[in-house]
Amino acid sequence: MERMSSVRGQVDGAREQPRPGQGRRGRAGDVVEPLIFELGSEGRRGYSLPECDVPERRIEDLIPPECLRRDEPHLPEVSEVEVIRHFTRLSQLNYGVDVGFYPLGSCTMKYNPKVNEDVAGLPGFTRLHPYEPEELVQGALELMYELEGYLAAISGMTRVTLQPAAGAHGELTGLMMIKAYHEHRGEGGRRRKVIIPDSAHGTNPASATLCGYQVVEVKSDERGGVDIADLRALAGEDTAALMLTNPNTLGLFDENIVEIARIVHDSGGLLYYDGANMNATLGIARPGDMGFDVVHFNLHKTFSTPHGGGGPGAGPVGVKAALEPFLPVPTVEREVIPGEPAEREPGRGYGGRDGSAGQGGGENGGAERVRYWLNFDRPLSIGRIRSFYGNFGVLVKAYAYIRALGAGGLRRVAENAVLNANYVMRRLSGHYILPYDRHCKHEFVLSGKDLAEHGIHTMDVAKALLDYGFHAPTIYFPDIIKEAIMIEPTETEPKEMLDAFVDAMIDIKERAAREPEKLKAAPETTVVGRLDEVTAARRPKLRWSLSTHSGPGS
Amino acid sequence: MDYIPNTDRDRQEMLDAIGVASIEELFADIPEEVRLAHLMHPDGPTGRARSTGTGPDGGNVDLPATIGGSMSLPAPMSEYELVRHMEELARKNGTLDEYVCFRGAGAYDHFIPSAVSHITGRSEFYTAYTPYQAEVSQGTLTSIFEYQSLICELTGMDISNASLYDGASAVAEAAVLAHKFTKRDEVLVSEAVHPEHRLTLRTYARNLGMVVREIPVLAGLSTGMTEAGRTDIDALRDAITDRTACVIMQNPNFFGVIERMREASALVRERGALFVASVDPISLGLLAPPGEYGADIAVGEGQALGNPLWFGGPYLGFFTCRADLVRYMPGRLVGETRDAAGRRGFVLTLQAREQHVRRERATSNICSNEALCALAAAVYLSLLGKTGIREVARLCLQKSHYLAGALSERLKGVEGFRLPFGAPFFKEFVAEFPGGDPAHGWDAINRRLLAGKIIGPLPLARFYGSENSEGAGGGNSGRGNGAGRAGKNGMIRGFRPGNAALFCVTEKRTRAEMDRLVDAIANIILSGD
Amino acid sequence: MNYPEDLRYSKKHEWIRIDGRRATVGITQYAQDQLGAVVGIDLPEIGKAVERDEELADIDSMKTADVIYAPVSGTVVEVNSTLEEHPEYINDDPYGEGWICVLEVADPGEVDSLMTAGEYEAFVRGLRAE
Repeated sequence: MERMSSVRGQVDGAREQPRPGQGRRGRAGDVVEPLIFELGSEGRRGYSLPECDVPERRIEDLIPPECLRRDEPHLPEVSEVEVIRHFTRLSQLNYGVDVGFYPLGSCTMKYNPKVNEDVAGLPGFTRLHPYEPEELVQGALELMYELEGYLAAISGMTRVTLQPAAGAHGELTGLMMIKAYHEHRGEGGRRRKVIIPDSAHGTNPASATLCGYQVVEVKSDERGGVDIADLRALAGEDTAALMLTNPNTLGLFDENIVEIARIVHDSGGLLYYDGANMNATLGIARPGDMGFDVVHFNLHKTFSTPHGGGGPGAGPVGVKAALEPFLPVPTVEREVIPGEPAEREPGRGYGGRDGSAGQGGGENGGAERVRYWLNFDRPLSIGRIRSFYGNFGVLVKAYAYIRALGAGGLRRVAENAVLNANYVMRRLSGHYILPYDRHCKHEFVLSGKDLAEHGIHTMDVAKALLDYGFHAPTIYFPDIIKEAIMIEPTETEPKEMLDAFVDAMIDIKERAAREPEKLKAAPETTVVGRLDEVTAARRPKLRWSLSTHSGPGS
Repeated sequence: MDYIPNTDRDRQEMLDAIGVASIEELFADIPEEVRLAHLMHPDGPTGRARSTGTGPDGGNVDLPATIGGSMSLPAPMSEYELVRHMEELARKNGTLDEYVCFRGAGAYDHFIPSAVSHITGRSEFYTAYTPYQAEVSQGTLTSIFEYQSLICELTGMDISNASLYDGASAVAEAAVLAHKFTKRDEVLVSEAVHPEHRLTLRTYARNLGMVVREIPVLAGLSTGMTEAGRTDIDALRDAITDRTACVIMQNPNFFGVIERMREASALVRERGALFVASVDPISLGLLAPPGEYGADIAVGEGQALGNPLWFGGPYLGFFTCRADLVRYMPGRLVGETRDAAGRRGFVLTLQAREQHVRRERATSNICSNEALCALAAAVYLSLLGKTGIREVARLCLQKSHYLAGALSERLKGVEGFRLPFGAPFFKEFVAEFPGGDPAHGWDAINRRLLAGKIIGPLPLARFYGSENSEGAGGGNSGRGNGAGRAGKNGMIRGFRPGNAALFCVTEKRTRAEMDRLVDAIANIILSGD
Repeated sequence: MNYPEDLRYSKKHEWIRIDGRRATVGITQYAQDQLGAVVGIDLPEIGKAVERDEELADIDSMKTADVIYAPVSGTVVEVNSTLEEHPEYINDDPYGEGWICVLEVADPGEVDSLMTAGEYEAFVRGLRAE
C-alpha cells in the first residue's frame, strides 16, 4: 500500500517542489521516496558499454564452473533518468552547508569553497593511477610535498604524513608512532598508558585501545581545563602520552598548557594534539610551540574540504623531529638534481617549481632539476596504514584553500571564528545556562538542564531548530555537561545568520515554558518526524531484500 | 580570498555586544610564550614554502606577541590566480586520458558513467556532515541504506556497513573483528593478498599483539601450471591452529588469479576460524560471491565502483559479514525504521558499538565512513544494474584473455618470456621476462612504452622478494618490515618477481590499444636494443 | 521504583534470586531506568565460571553501553536467550522476563554480603541525592 501511494505521487507529477533540506512531508504511512530497488522494471537499463571487440570465448572455458556465480544479484533495473531523479530527490532531503547554517560543535562546518571542487576535479588530478611512473605524477607529488610543508609551518611541527583518511585514522597513526618511539628507546614495555581528559572526543580512547594502550582518564578542573593535580598524580613512568584537544571540547583554551606539557614531558611521556579544534588557533598559536610532539589535522574541518555526508576526509599527522623516523611509508621527498639537461617536454615531468613559487629554484641558472619521489625505505617506520598515499582528492582541496588564504588569511579565520562564537555565546548566555563563563574559542557549550522543569530536553531544542531552518548543534557531548548543547558557528557565517539563529534559540527557550508539547512534537516541517530509533536498534533492518521489501512492479 | 563575510562594522558590533575592545582580548587566555610573533609570506625562515608573489596582504606581519615563533606560507592568491596555478600543477601530471594504462593492482580504470559525478557533485550531498539529525539527512541515510543493500546483493552477504576508508583498512579491520570475536590472536593471510593490504594488516595487528603469518602461493615448478598462482591450500591446512582467528584470502588475488575459495572457506570454518574474503566487486558480476562460499566476512576495495582513480584516494573499503557478527562490526550502520505517523525513514543505528558511546570499549575507533564514495558506488551499481555488472565483468574477462593470448602468441619462443601462472584469471595476469641486464626487463620495456604514450604493466619487484621491495614478506616481529625489507620467505617458490609484471585490462581497453601494446613490446624485445 | 523483598542487590545494580544453589541474575529497575532503552545484550556462554564482580555480560542501550557484573562467584548454567530477540524485556520487566542468566553459586556465603531490598533502596536514594 505504501508503495502505491508514493508511486502515484510521482506519476501525477503533482509533487510540490520540496524546500531544500526539508522536502514535502509525506502523508502518514507514506514513503518519502521509494528505494532504488522499488523503481524500474525488468529489462530496463541505465548504462552503455563498449561492444566486445575481441574474439569471444566461452566463459566456462576461461573460468571453472565452480568459481562462477550461481545466482544473479538482485540489482536494480532502472533507466538513467530514473537514477538521476531518484538521487536528485534524495539530495533534496538533505541539509548541507550550502543549504544553511550548520552549527555542529566540534565539526567545523564551514563553507566549502567551490573553486576547490573545480580544481580537485581537474583531469590532471582525477585521472592519475597511483602506480603511474613517478615521472608522470610530478605535479601530484609536488602538491603533496608542498602541502606537507604548509601543514608543518601551520602547526609548528617538523614533518607531516598526509596518509590518514580521517581524524580517527590520524589518531591511530600518531599513537602508533608514539608507541614505536617508546619501543625504540626500550621503554615500550612499561609505557602502557595513555592519559585522556574526561571531556575528550570518544575517538581518543577508542584509538588508544586499538593501538593496544590502556586508557586513563584525567579530570577537568572548575575552569574546564585539565586538572593539574590529577594529571600530576597520573603522569609517571608508565605514561606513553597525554592526548589533548586545545581548545578543548568545551571550546576553552587550556591556559596551563605549558605546565601540562612540562608535567608530561618530565614523566617521559609525549603530548598528542587532537587537531579537531584547530580552527580556533590558526595563525595565532601553534601546537608545536605549545609543546605537542604529535598533531593530527582534520582537513575536512579546519581546511574547508567538504564532509561528504560523513567522508571522505583526511587526517594528516605532524610530528617533531624525534618521531620523524617512525612516519608511515611512503614519505614524499624532494631532490634537486644539479646540472642535468632537461630531456622532457616542457611543462611536464621533472620540472621546477610552479610559476608563483619561483622558477625551478634556478640558483644555477636554471640548469638544475627538481624531482619528487616516494620513499619506501624507512627502516624504523611504523609501516603502512592504508593503500597508496592518502586521500589525494581531499589534499588538493586543502592545498588550494591554504594557497587562497595565505598566512594572514588563516589568522583571520581563527579571529572571526572566535569572534562569531563569542558573539553567539554572549547573546545566548542570559537565556541558557553557560557552565563556564569565560571567553570561548571557536565553539562553546550550553546546558539545557533547566528546561527539564517543563519536561523539555536538549534533544527537543535540537529538533525544534530544524523547524526554524537550521541544522542542530552537537548535543549530549561532552558528557561532563548535563544536557549539553555545543555550538560552533565558524567564521564563514554572516552576522545576520548568527542573529537569526540566536533569535530562534531564544524563541525556543520561551516556548519551552509556554508550549512544551509543541516542542516535543518537533520537527514538524521535515519530510519525516522523529524516527523510532529504539526499534531500529532492537530489530535492525539494515538492507533491502526481496523477501522483506517490495520490488519493482510488484 | 578568505571566505569570511564579516565586515569591519560587523566585527565592531559584535565586539560591542561581547563587551571587549578588540578581537585580541578574546585570545588573552593563550599564554604569550606560545603565541606566534610573525606571519611570514616570502622566504620565511621556518616554512620551506617560498613565494615571490604578493597578494592583498602579502609581506610579513608582526603580531602583538613579543616572543614566539613565526609561520611562513606562500602569499594568498585570488581565485583566478589559484585556478591558473592549480592547472599548471595538474599539467605536470600524465593522465590516463593521454596515456593508455595497463596497470591495475587494486586501483582500476573502469568506465564511470557521467550520471555518477552529477549526483556526487550535488552539494546537498557533499556539504552535509555525518547524518546525526535524521530528519534533515534522509538523502544521505537513504543512499547509504541503498549502498549497504547493493553491496549485500553483490557479495551475497547478510549485512554491510556504510563503508570504511579503503580496501587495506577493511582487511585490517576484518582481522581485528576476528580477533575480538574468536578471542584468538593469530591471523593467516595469503601471500597473494595485495601487498599493501598485508602491510596495513601487519601495522594494525602488531599494535594489538596479534601475530600475522603468510600462506605461500603455488608456482609452476611443484604443482603443474593449472594451479600456479593460487594460494597453497595444503599449506593453509597445515598452518591453521586453534589460535587462528581468521584466514584472509583475496579473489581474484593480487596476480589476477581466481582462487579455490569454496575449498579454502570450508577448510577454515571447519577449524573454528573466520574466513575473510577480499574481493574485487567488479568480478562479482561473474565470479561466485563470498556469500555463496560461506565467507564470514567479505571486504574489498570499492574504488572500481564509480570512483575516479585520483592518485590513490579517496576510495572506499566495503565491509560485509554474516548477521550474527553485527555487534562486532566496525563503522557506521544505517537501518530502516518509521516515524510516529508510520512514514518510512532511515537512521544511524546500533551506535552502542561506536566510539562516541563506548569510548575505549568500542569495536573500532572509526567515526566516519566514505559516504560520498559510497554514494558514487550506489549510483554506479544502480546504473549498471543486474545486467550491466555482468557485462563489465565479461568485457574485462574477454579482453584480458585476448591480451594474454596475443602476448603469448607474439612472444612464443622468446627466451625467458612466459606467463608463470596457469591458473584461471579474471582481468589481470602476470608475465615474466628476464631482467638481469638493465637494458632489458620490464623497467626498460616500460620506459620505451612510455614514449609511445603507453603505461605498461606494473613491475612486481617492488612488492615481492627483492631487497628494496615493499612486500610484506616474512619478518613479523618489530618494526621495519613495513619499511620495505622483505623477509627471506617473501619469495614465492619458482616465481621470479624481479622478472615479473602485472598486466590489467578493463572494459575500456580496445583491441587496437592492446594490439599496439603487443606490437610495441614485441618490437622492443625482438629488436634487442 | 520497585525493589522486590525476596531479592538481594549489588552496588552495581544487579539483583539475584536464590533458589538453593541456583541464583537468577538480572538488573534492577533503577539500572534499567538509567540505561534507557536497552537494544542489545551479549549473553555469557553457558559453562563460564565467573568471580564476584567479574564481567558477566555486555549491555547496549540507546544512550550508552555498559557491563553487567557477577554479583556472586559461580558458573553460568542457563541464559535468557529470548533477550537476543527481545532486549526490551529488560526495560519492561526487569525482575521477570528480563532475567539475564542463572549462576550455580560457588560460595553461598557471598550472598549474605549483598544488600536487602531496604538497604538497596536507601543506597539508590543516596545516589539520587548526589
